[in-house]
Amino acid sequence: MSLIRLALLSLWNRRLTAALTVVGIALSVTLFLAVETLRTGARASFASTISGTDLIVGARAGDVQLLLYSVFRIGDATNNITWESYRDIAAREEVAWIVPLSLGDSHRGYRVVGTTTDFFARYRYRRDTGLRFAAGGPFDDLFDTVVGAEVAEALGYALGDRIVVSHGAGRGGLAAHDDRPFRVAGILARTGTPVDRAVHVSLEAIEAIHVDWQGGARVEGLSIPVERVRNLDLTPRTVTAALVGLKSRIATFRFQRFVNGYAEEPLTAILPGAALSRLWSLVGVAERALAAVSLMVVATALLGMVATLLASLEARRREMAILRANGASPRTVMALLTAESGLLALAGAFLGLGLLYGVLFALRPLLDARFGLYVEIGAPGIRDGVILAAVVGAGVLAGLIPAWRAYRRSLADGMSIRS
Amino acid sequence: MSDAAPALRIRDAAFSWEGGFGIEIDAFEMAPRERVLLLGPSGGGKSTLLNLVAGIARPSRGAVEVMGTDIAALRGGRVDRFRADTLGIVFQMFNLLPWLSALDNVRVPLRFSPARRRRAGDGTAAALRLLAALGIDAALARQSAGTLSVGQQQRVAAARALIGRPGIVLADEPTSALDRANARAFLDLLGAELAAAGAALLMVSHDESLAGAFDRTVRLDAIARVAGRAAA
Ligand SMILES: Nc1ncnc2c1ncn2[C@@H]1O[C@H](COP(=O)(O)OP(=O)(O)O)[C@@H](O)[C@H]1O
Ligand SMILES: [Mg+2]
Repeated sequence: MSLIRLALLSLWNRRLTAALTVVGIALSVTLFLAVETLRTGARASFASTISGTDLIVGARAGDVQLLLYSVFRIGDATNNITWESYRDIAAREEVAWIVPLSLGDSHRGYRVVGTTTDFFARYRYRRDTGLRFAAGGPFDDLFDTVVGAEVAEALGYALGDRIVVSHGAGRGGLAAHDDRPFRVAGILARTGTPVDRAVHVSLEAIEAIHVDWQGGARVEGLSIPVERVRNLDLTPRTVTAALVGLKSRIATFRFQRFVNGYAEEPLTAILPGAALSRLWSLVGVAERALAAVSLMVVATALLGMVATLLASLEARRREMAILRANGASPRTVMALLTAESGLLALAGAFLGLGLLYGVLFALRPLLDARFGLYVEIGAPGIRDGVILAAVVGAGVLAGLIPAWRAYRRSLADGMSIRS
Repeated sequence: MSDAAPALRIRDAAFSWEGGFGIEIDAFEMAPRERVLLLGPSGGGKSTLLNLVAGIARPSRGAVEVMGTDIAALRGGRVDRFRADTLGIVFQMFNLLPWLSALDNVRVPLRFSPARRRRAGDGTAAALRLLAALGIDAALARQSAGTLSVGQQQRVAAARALIGRPGIVLADEPTSALDRANARAFLDLLGAELAAAGAALLMVSHDESLAGAFDRTVRLDAIARVAGRAAA
């Protein structure tokens, strides 16, 4: 009869406590691996907030700042790019496509983005996924708008609804361009990116809502009817930023240098990927704190296992004495106990892994739909292997404590058990 | 170990527990195959003496020779091996691992002692034969030990002590949980199998009426002095 079989049979005899211990370890392993998976998922989702765009061009600014206002719509640009510079850049030979972004207005707390219909075709996220319309399509008319998924959901918009765009980026209390309402022409599917929180209109529309405004205030007595606005020249004078796709990736750095050294006005071109990872390293502290917390959960579960083993030891003094009297060396008794805790940890680790996959498969659609968090479900990787091995190793080590006590006690107790 | 050597010889041995109880044995000997009943009051130090013979309690001085080997001189791991090879042990009660079958319980010593494994030959057959001789049939042998009666459990423990023909069997009040008839039957069966195995028996008890089943009866106070007896 092997030692393992002896350990297994002894465990089976105490199957309820053993099962509870295993479940405790399994849950903590699941929690830890789930947090890890979400962490990588969040990082990957973040890193692919925008993809397929080679460069983002804006007025001279730090790269994180430019990324923040052009992609995340956080903060404001200090300056805009003149339409001439924009045309100049767009006309460059290396440029495959360019999408202008004009920011500065808001709709009930959501940013309004003036752009072209190219935006819907060119904006990519999550490893080259394009934008999809949940309803309707790109804007067609001057007063058409396309709203992001969150905007539509939070404000309860449906196709054809009329909405009013206000000047400035704040929420409420601002002068409203209420004389020229927009019609919801399209609603985008959820992406998990800032696109969900934007109201998209054409560049011309941005001009149109500002024709009778000067310096942020409506000019008194001047109200141009909608019909006349349509006939005005609505060529934009400035844009805030531009997404640029190049014909060849190789040209990226040369083109970036060209933009950064642009003579007519101070401009900055950034590589979105590089800027995103810079930004992530700034916000990544929370993520690391999360990892530390889940690590502590695993440590707690292992401590719980030691406590259970120590408690069960009292009830097993008899067992130890019998084995000892029948020739088991103290070393064997120790091996038995460490084998036992190792088995418990092993069972817990694998049950935890199984639970993880169950949880991931069950929650993935929800995570994706609700939070735009896309988690990859692959075969267990090296990281999972390392964690599982660490749990089993810690389990064996944890077993050493009760094993040491049993060893000491089996010597002191002698053959006769005294209570 | 030679056949000529006494089964047990204790000379001038002393031992005391951490709690303060101490025992001194000037001289005590057992011939090979001899069956000795050691009588003494409860708390008198009988189990302590058995612990010394089993090598679980280590004397602070003196010699404890079991089958010609002074176990007091053996180092830790060797004592465990020696015990596994040479001694069979029966406790007062709770002898068995209740979740193992009677058969598996009997085979436990074979797990730890290659020498007894060798002497037993086919371990399962040897265990079943011993169990049968002690009145446990094959069906009962495969039941988990926890389901057996106390008398049956003591007989399984005896079979375990005898498997692989140890030189000496130590029994610590093995019949105290049995009624008189059962105790008698147990000792008779044990005696027959001891003869077959060629083993000596050192049994401790406080019950003088058992003396008839033994070659010799010894009183603990005749061979040992105790000190610091705790109020038990
Ligand atoms: N493991 C032990 N640790 C400390 N003291 C013990 C231990 N076992 C027995 N004793 C002490 O040794 C004395 C004799 O006990 P024991 O040998 O069990 O007596 P008996 O078997 O004759 O009833 C008692 O006072 C008891 O308290
Ligand atoms: Mg006793």
